[in-house]
This record gives sequence, structure tokens and C-alpha cells, in this order.
Amino acid sequence: MNNEMQQNKPSLIMEGIGKSFPGVRALNHVGFKLRRGEIHALMGENGAGKSTLIKVLTGVYLMDEGSVTLDGKPIVIRSPQDAQKHAISTVYQEVNLCPNLTVMENLFLGREPRKMGFIDWRTMNRKAEELLQELNIYADPTAQLDTCSIAIQQMIAIARAVNTKCKFLILDEPTSSLDADEVKKLFTLMRQLKDKGVGIIFITHFIKQVYEICDRITVLRNGELVGEFEVESLPRLELVKKMMGKEIEILSDLAVNKDESKYDGEVPMIDARDLSSGTSNVAPFSLKMYKGEVVGFAGLLGSGRSELVRTIYGADKAVQGQLYIKGKDGKIKKPLDAMKQGMAYLPEDRKADGIFAELSVRENIIIALQAKHGLFKRLRRKDMERYADEYIKLLNIKTASRETPIKSLSGGNQQKVILARWLLTNPEFMILDEPTRGIDIGTKTEIQRLILKLASEGKSIAFISSEMDEMLRTCSRMVVLRDRCKVGELTQTQLNQNTIMRTIAGGEQ
Amino acid sequence: MRFLNIRTGVSIKSGLKTIAKSLASSRLTFSIVILLIVLVQNIITTPTFFKVSITNGLLSGYIPNILDEASELVIVTLGMTLVIAATGGVDISVGAIMAISASFCGLMLNGSEYRTDVFHNPYILALLIGLLGGALCGVFNGFLVSYLKMQPMIATLILFTAGRSIAKQITHGQTIYIMNPVYKYLGVQIPGVPIRTTIIVSTVIIVIMVLVTKLTSLGLYVQSVGINGSPSRLVGLNSRMIKLMAFVICGILSGIAGLVGSSSIGSVNSGELGLSIEMDAILAVALGGNMLGGGKFSIAGSVIGAYTIQAITTTLYAMSVRADQLNVFTAFIIIVIIVASSDVFKDKVQKLTRKVFSKNVSVGG
Repeated sequence: MNNEMQQNKPSLIMEGIGKSFPGVRALNHVGFKLRRGEIHALMGENGAGKSTLIKVLTGVYLMDEGSVTLDGKPIVIRSPQDAQKHAISTVYQEVNLCPNLTVMENLFLGREPRKMGFIDWRTMNRKAEELLQELNIYADPTAQLDTCSIAIQQMIAIARAVNTKCKFLILDEPTSSLDADEVKKLFTLMRQLKDKGVGIIFITHFIKQVYEICDRITVLRNGELVGEFEVESLPRLELVKKMMGKEIEILSDLAVNKDESKYDGEVPMIDARDLSSGTSNVAPFSLKMYKGEVVGFAGLLGSGRSELVRTIYGADKAVQGQLYIKGKDGKIKKPLDAMKQGMAYLPEDRKADGIFAELSVRENIIIALQAKHGLFKRLRRKDMERYADEYIKLLNIKTASRETPIKSLSGGNQQKVILARWLLTNPEFMILDEPTRGIDIGTKTEIQRLILKLASEGKSIAFISSEMDEMLRTCSRMVVLRDRCKVGELTQTQLNQNTIMRTIAGGEQ
Repeated sequence: MRFLNIRTGVSIKSGLKTIAKSLASSRLTFSIVILLIVLVQNIITTPTFFKVSITNGLLSGYIPNILDEASELVIVTLGMTLVIAATGGVDISVGAIMAISASFCGLMLNGSEYRTDVFHNPYILALLIGLLGGALCGVFNGFLVSYLKMQPMIATLILFTAGRSIAKQITHGQTIYIMNPVYKYLGVQIPGVPIRTTIIVSTVIIVIMVLVTKLTSLGLYVQSVGINGSPSRLVGLNSRMIKLMAFVICGILSGIAGLVGSSSIGSVNSGELGLSIEMDAILAVALGGNMLGGGKFSIAGSVIGAYTIQAITTTLYAMSVRADQLNVFTAFIIIVIIVASSDVFKDKVQKLTRKVFSKNVSVGG
């Protein structure tokens, strides 16, 4: 009885946590409670503050304000070592062990059992075997780590954490690279640890898994705490609503609500039939898009939105199905093929896939057009400057000059430069993946307005955004994805928060 | 505008500050300054340094000598610049490629004879075959790097190790001597022209490279691919092709350097030709203010870097440093240069100048 009481009392409590980065308030008075012997999901969309909260807890970041208490006693975590000292361990999505060492070496790295100053291999082997057996991990202690499957490596990382006598374990998206069978094994291990009294924080974007294994859910949104809920008391739809925010009222003056039948007889701009790429694991999808249409792609993070559009653009090469562009077989093998047929693609990750940091604003703007022209038809310097100036003015890009390196511009202005890059190629079909992420409100509205204007000029636009209201305002049709599968298309009256969220959540009404 | 506003006096200072700042931040300035220091040092220690005279129908003196001796390095450095910019790695096989190129050319000219003054094939054809050899080496390196995704240094290590041996096989295992005076046109002098051909060749190559980067978008492509491969692909650039191209150009340029080098001594000695030139070329690229991690590059910087290295060597000789001591001095100078060009050092200097400037302002006010 007493024991049970203790189990239900939160033992690790974070209160009033605040953390700011230049220009962003990443966490605003956020609280989090973890009990021994529970699996607690931490949920939230992009920018919700999940990873910041975890980094505060593990000492990677120092919090600006707030407190952490452990069993009623306040503790200070200033470094990952501090976190270790308080028995808080983390296992990240990418296994950070040494692939070229053996399983047991990885398990005991840094605290090898010793005998007269030398490593006691026999004891290490025995202890490793015991540990693996205890946790039901089927791995040979003497096997080299990289010969094990990702799932086993993941579990060995967990075993290593457990072996340091951890009381709290943070699993940061451990399942994203595992298949269904491996996930099951991992869950078995998690349940065992739970029974041993370990408190587990489980971060994932697979809603199904949350309902399968978790006891409680804490939801964050935009750096704020939405609340802590018992899993049984929070239906899926409610969870999705809480993650995405439902306070936005649906605007009555919704975007041009075009009727699908209006397009009867018209040749679609994009006509994908059972298209699927080899690398992205998105289930084959079919999709038609017409001239002058803005189509939104809705779904949670990791639902396959980006992967779907990447396949259309040829960024991930399609291995199956056909793609017809304006009625003709597209034959798209690489992005340049797509560009030549009038496509443009603004990628989700601006830093990694968008900008050339050291190149100037001008070079960043003209690069796509130049690539289309080819190596020997160099644009004239004068034309380049004219184009750059034109778009700097048109999109109101704030830069010291057109020769300023793009890395010294703010995020919003960098995004506008990339938009300029694609507008300059005069595309007919534009894919905009999170064009408004991480940029200020003013610029956001500018970009939304631009999207509508481009559509009215007859361009066809695929628009992805994590912000529901933004898509509702601009899209005339929405494609919904769930768990890497296209699950529906919504038009007209279906275009409202409730229907969309219900489709995203799936499974229940 | 700023400079005209003399009334306050502070504006001038801020103007100077801007200039000082832009000078400190520009990487090209740095290499120019180094070269100037070396030259000024020579005015003081070797008064005859800048004297140019004509002996035996050729311009001679320290300056023509530097330009002549540096020509192979300059040509190779241009190729190295492209490889470094496009891949962020280095091509250490350039010296070996020089030997291979020259061997092909020598084989064409001498046939199986090891010493002859009769050309077995037309001279121009032999040169072209030599260059083709260089280009093939470049294709090989480029293929390993861009299609098999090998580290550039490891990929080029293959030809670095095997190249000279291959060159030796081409010339039947011996040094061959090409006695026909025409062979020396490329590396010494074309009759009647008072400038050494090496200087002409290297200048022409520099001009061609500048024109190529001005008239085609090779420069932009190479920089884009070198900075970030992922967006390059998404804007429609073929990164693999561009990297391959960088290696091929580097191979051809190394070939030219090899032909020039072997012509200037009238023989093909594959064990000696272009020996350890790869290190000097990498150093020249670095001295030129180019990022060794790839991305932005400057042809001018690399050229200045190459000439600086030769100028240092010639200067030391002019100061009668013995050949066996030369490397110690060179190493010392290079350490100073590299430290001075490091970001940490520049930061310190910038902070220091800011302090000095602010002190002056407060005294003046």
C-alpha cells in the first residue's frame, strides 16, 4: 500500500522552467512531473519545446528560470555529468555508441571491471551476459556492435544506461528507425524497466505507440505547457487538438473554395499514380493537382508530408508508379528534370538544404536559374544584378546589399531569398515545404499573401505547414497523411479544424 | 562622404576603422601583404633584387627568376584550388601526374630510344598525348571521389603511390633524354622571344582560368557544391559531375606543369619531376586565403600564394642561406604566416586595434 502511494507520487519535478534563445522564447514557465515506474510521453509539434526541455533536464542547456526537485530535494543540473550523477540517462535517436567496439565494451566503456589495473575481460563478459539476459536482449557480448541490428543497438544503449543504475531514462524518438517487430521488442524492454521502477520519458511522433505503451502524456505547444493527462482520459482526437492548438477560429472568408468538379476535363498539372520512392518509406500515393490551385499537405511531424512532395520533385527518386505532368509522362529522375518541366521546390530545412551560407544574396537568387541554363550559358553579370535587385525589392528582402553573404541575413529574409530563387525560374508548379517556419509574423503574412497571388496567376502550389490556420487560410484542398500514408483528401465543407484533425488522428471519431 | 566630414575628426577615424576592418577581414589582402613584406625585405637586404637585365637574349634577374621557377607550382596550384573548393579535400597525386604526362610525351617523341634528337612523332601530337595522360589520371581520381565516394586524399593516394612507378614503366624504366632543341621551347625559350616560355605559359594559363570562371558558371557551381552538396542537388546541379570536372581540370593542369618541367631540363626523369609539389600547392592555396574545407575560392589568391612561396625561397637564396638550411627557414616563415592568418590571431589583433582606436578617441576628445 505504502509502496503504491510512493509510486504515484512524482519524484522528479520540473517547475516553472523558462529558457530563451536570442529572439525566441523556447520554454515559458513549463512544468513536468515524472513518477517512478511510469512511461510518460512528451508530445508536441515542431518548436513546441520538447527537445529544449529535455536538454535542460540533461544539463545540455542551463535554464533561465525554474527549479528541478528530486524526491523533494532541489537539485542543480549544470552539465550532462550532473544529470548522470542524479541517475538521469538519455538514449538518443541516433545511437551514440562506438560501432567498432564489441557489445560488452560498449556496455562497460569508461567503467570497465579491473583486476590489478588491467581490464578484467572475463568479469566483463560475465557481467555483460547477466545484464543482457536480465533485460532479455538477445545479443552476443563479444559481437562487434555494428553487426547488430539498429534495434539491438538501441537496446544496448538502453542497457548501458540502465547499468549505470539510472532511475530516470529519456528515450528520444527511439522508434523512428525501427520496424514493427523491433518496436515490439523495444516496448517489452521498456515495460521491464518500468516494472523495475524506472521512470521513462518517451518522445515519439507516432501517436499509436503512445497509446500502446504510455501511462501519461504531457503536451507542449509553442514553448508552453498545455497539460498533463492520463492516457485513458485523453482520446486521440483530443491529443491532436492539444498538440496543434484549437483556439484558432475558422475564418469565414476561407480561401477560394474551388469545386473539384470545376476541373473536369482540365488536364492536371500534376498527376501522380501509385507513386513511391525507394528511400522514403511513404506508401504509394495517387494525387492530382490543377492550375491555380493551392493544395495543403496536413499531418503530424514525421507523417510523410515532406517525403511525399520530395518524391514528386525527384529529390527522392521514384521507384514505382508514374508521374504525369500536364498529361505527359514526366520522366523525372533528378531535381533538374523536374525544374526543366517547371517545378520548384523550397525545402523544409532551410539551413541544410536551402541556402549556400557563404555565397551572396545575388548568387543565392540566381543559382537555380543558372543551373537551368547550364555551365556554358552564364548569365550576364548585369542581368544577375538586375534580377537580384528586382526580387530584393519585390519581396522586401532586408539585406545590406545584394553582395552580402546570405548567412548574415535573418531566417525570414533567407527564406525570401530562396523564394526569389525559385520565382526567378518562373515555375508553374511550386512545392513550398514549411516556408513560414521560424520566421516572424509579418513575413509570414507576406508569404501567405504571395502564395495566394501566385495561385491566382495560374501557378499550382503544394503547401506544407505545421500551422493549421495558415493552411486553412490559403488552401483550397488538403491532402492528409498519417503514419507515412496518404489517408484522405478534404475539400470545401470538410476544410475545418475538426474534420482535419479527426482525419489526422484517425481510428476513432 | 565620410572622409569629407573633417569637422569632427571622429568620422575619419571611423573611416579608417572601416578600412582597417575590411582589410583585416579580407583573405586576399592577407596574401598580398605577405608578398609585399617579402618583396620589401628584399629591397633592404638585396639591393639588386629588382634589377632586370638581358643576358643571352633572355630577361634575367631575381624577379624573372621567381616568375620562371614558380610557373610549375602556379599551374598546379590552380588545379588544386578547384579540387579543394569543390570537394574540401586535396589531390596529392599532382606531382605523380606531372611525371606520367611527361613520360607519355617523352615516349611519343623518343620512341624506344633513351637518348635521341629525332622526334618519332609530331611535337604537338606528343604534347597532346601527354595532356591526355594527365586528363585520364584526373578522370580516375574524380571517379573514385565522386562516384565511389572515397575521401579525396585517399583516392589520390593511389596515384601518389603508383603514379611515378607507372611513369617509369612508360619510359621503359629509365630516364630519357630528348635532345631535339625544339623540345626546350616550352620550358626554356622560343628563339627570338626574350622571356622564358615558362612565364608565358603560366601567364596564359592564369588568364584562361580567369576567363573560364568569368565566362562560364564553373566558379559558381564549384563553390556551391563545395559549400553544401544537398541544396546543390535540389537546385539542379550535378555535384558528381562538377567534382569530376574539378579533378579532370586539375589533371590537365598538372599535365601541363609536367610538360613544362620536363622541357626545361630536356629530359623525363619520373622520379624527380614535380617531387613533393603537392604540398607546396596545398600550401599556396592556403596562403591565398582559400578555405581548405571547400567552398569559396579565389584564383588571384592562389596565384599570389604560389608566387609567395617561390619568392620566399628565392629571397632566402639571395640572402645566401644554404640549400640544406633552406627548409628550416621556410618552415619557420610558414608557421608565422599560418599563425598570423588564423582566426584566433586575427580576433586578438582586431580587439587590440579596437582598444588602440578607442584610446585615441578618448585622448582626442
